[in-house]
Amino acid sequence: MVDKAFSLLDPFSAIDLDIDGRAGVVKQWAIENRAALQPIKTFFDGLITGIEHLMQAIPPSVMLVMIVLVSWQAAGRRVGIVVAVALIALGLLSPEAWGLAMTTLAIVNSAVALCIIIGLPMGVLAGKSDRFEGAIRPILDTMQTIPAFVYLVPVVMLLGIGNVSGVIVTIIFALPPLVRLTSLGIRGVNPGVVEAARAFGASPTQILLKVELPLATPTILAGLNQTIMLSLSMVVIASMISVRGLGNEVLRAMGRLDAGKAIVGGLGIVILAIVLDRVTQGLGRSGRDRNHRHWWQDGPVGLILSLFQKSA
Amino acid sequence: MTKSAREDVIRCEGIWKIFGKRSHQAMEAIRAHGLSKRQIREEFDCVVGVQDASFSVKRGEIFCIMGLSGSGKSTLIRHINRLIEPTSGSVIIEGQNVNAMNARDLRALRAERIGMVFQSMALMPHRTVRDNVVFSLEVRGVPEAERAKVAAHAIEAVDLTGWEKKYPDELSGGMQQRVGLARAIAADPTILLMDEPFSALDPLIRRQLQTTFMSLSAELHKTTVFITHDLDEAIRIGDRIAIMKDGVLVQIGTPEEIVTRPADDYVADFVAGISKLDLVSAARIMQPLDQYIAQRGDAGFADWPACHPEDKLNTLVDMAVGTDYPILVKAEGAVIGVVSKRALLRGIQGREEASPKAETL
Ligand SMILES: Nc1ncnc2c1ncn2[C@@H]1O[C@H](COP(=O)(O)OP(=O)(O)O)[C@@H](O)[C@H]1O
Ligand SMILES: [Mg+2]
Repeated sequence: MVDKAFSLLDPFSAIDLDIDGRAGVVKQWAIENRAALQPIKTFFDGLITGIEHLMQAIPPSVMLVMIVLVSWQAAGRRVGIVVAVALIALGLLSPEAWGLAMTTLAIVNSAVALCIIIGLPMGVLAGKSDRFEGAIRPILDTMQTIPAFVYLVPVVMLLGIGNVSGVIVTIIFALPPLVRLTSLGIRGVNPGVVEAARAFGASPTQILLKVELPLATPTILAGLNQTIMLSLSMVVIASMISVRGLGNEVLRAMGRLDAGKAIVGGLGIVILAIVLDRVTQGLGRSGRDRNHRHWWQDGPVGLILSLFQKSA
Repeated sequence: MTKSAREDVIRCEGIWKIFGKRSHQAMEAIRAHGLSKRQIREEFDCVVGVQDASFSVKRGEIFCIMGLSGSGKSTLIRHINRLIEPTSGSVIIEGQNVNAMNARDLRALRAERIGMVFQSMALMPHRTVRDNVVFSLEVRGVPEAERAKVAAHAIEAVDLTGWEKKYPDELSGGMQQRVGLARAIAADPTILLMDEPFSALDPLIRRQLQTTFMSLSAELHKTTVFITHDLDEAIRIGDRIAIMKDGVLVQIGTPEEIVTRPADDYVADFVAGISKLDLVSAARIMQPLDQYIAQRGDAGFADWPACHPEDKLNTLVDMAVGTDYPILVKAEGAVIGVVSKRALLRGIQGREEASPKAETL
């Protein structure tokens, strides 16, 4: 393999460890094992497409009202108003904008849901075990810093283009903050309170569910917020592997140098980002900010309940 | 087993706690060569938290552990409900070895038979007062109706009725610690462990809570281990006091014993500033009758006032201002000793006239 004479001044050009060649073996392996992954892919593809169809089937005005009501309930009246204005602006961007946004939202929702399913337990584990935290930290660093194009290719080789691959590359990019902040939240819980829970006979599971997770919730929600934002920022890259939606608009506009279309797609993504950001940040409000009221005493549900109570 | 009033509820036997990775090797070395604390720190990089502590607490007794900050009090009390595992030694609660219990029995013990109060309150900020108070019941799966009853009862016992739905951060420090107290007594445990419960409070509030605690304690008769760094508090509350220094229990005794017969200079320094008026009894400072007669002859004692042996110095002072005679000490009608003015004054000072050894202190 050494085809050039070795020289101390320039040793590297003479040494060839053939790393890219060996990595090619992975590619071969991936192609050979595609069939085995096919059922899993079909399942998730069906799930994501199902979510997308559902969101497309609901008439835009009904969907808009639903999202506004949920935002109001989750994050308060002011956020509800912001969300309403933002969504109307989104719809007015172009006749197709709403449909494209729903497609993007379906992909982002699927990716975020999977991030929660994977990231929350990992974060809890990392919060409890220094060794696990130490082991996954470099992996998380890699996931966050490695350029998306590097893993785009192997993922496509393994699973082909389409929504499932899009969701997977999104997860790789968006998962780390949720894991990190869940761990941080668990570690930040007052050890005195955990000790008190132990002293009153709580089991480790009860301590996790009744003390640690509730007290870590604001931090975990900050992580969730980051994960959602990162997922959204992946939609343009994901559209390169044939994920449809707003990201695809931007990509196509770039190919045709169509600035107008690019702006519509870009603004659509920004508006979605604002909506998701406000709502998840509002979720993180502490009990004190809400005057220690329960969620059902607030927002539209509280309004309806109080109407019933008055009439009763 | 008969449940006599004087039965030991808690027994700690030879508890050692060494912190550090090589604690067990350090323990071996101590057993084999009796290393000092400094040697342990230098050779094994370990900290000795508690050193060979043995004591027992009887049913209904309030046992105070007093010592300066860092003397190992919190470490010691946490062995009783096994929040900390001893490096050596064992804790026996009502005849059961706590260190041999499995996880399930241990949780049952903690939830049902031991209540704990913390210096930092350690209330759960995301739970209402009521939900904090019944935490141990919730953990045991006690049904909601029963929990509601228990909560109302415990909250009333600490005068917090009306505050059930508030959150801890809406309460003052004193009220928070009342919640801590309610939480500890909610499950009606046999044992109360109190780790400097009132140390973080203002003096006035501390006094109030001490009073609340003492009246609760008189009513409930819980076997209590009470930790404090304040000797006044220990004397006010404790039936017996253990003085702890650098992980060692240097003296265990009643408040009167600690104050009048300190085991070493360390304890003596501690008790030097304590008022003896309500602590020291006539029996402690009197001169026995035969000795008195031998020295001064039989004076007849006709007009001399008399007190009981267990009367405190305060009572004797009241008597002494109304008479020129010494005071007789009578037990069951018979004179057993005499307290002269001189002995009384020395007694207030904390020096014993009757015992020449104490005079040299
Ligand atoms: N987990 C621990 N690891 C190492 N040293 C400890 C630990 N806990 C307590 N110690 C040490 O043990 C000693 C006693 O501490 P502690 O029981 O908290 O004292 P106190 O409650 O009397 O103030 C202190 O010197 C402290 O530094
Ligand atoms: Mg302490």
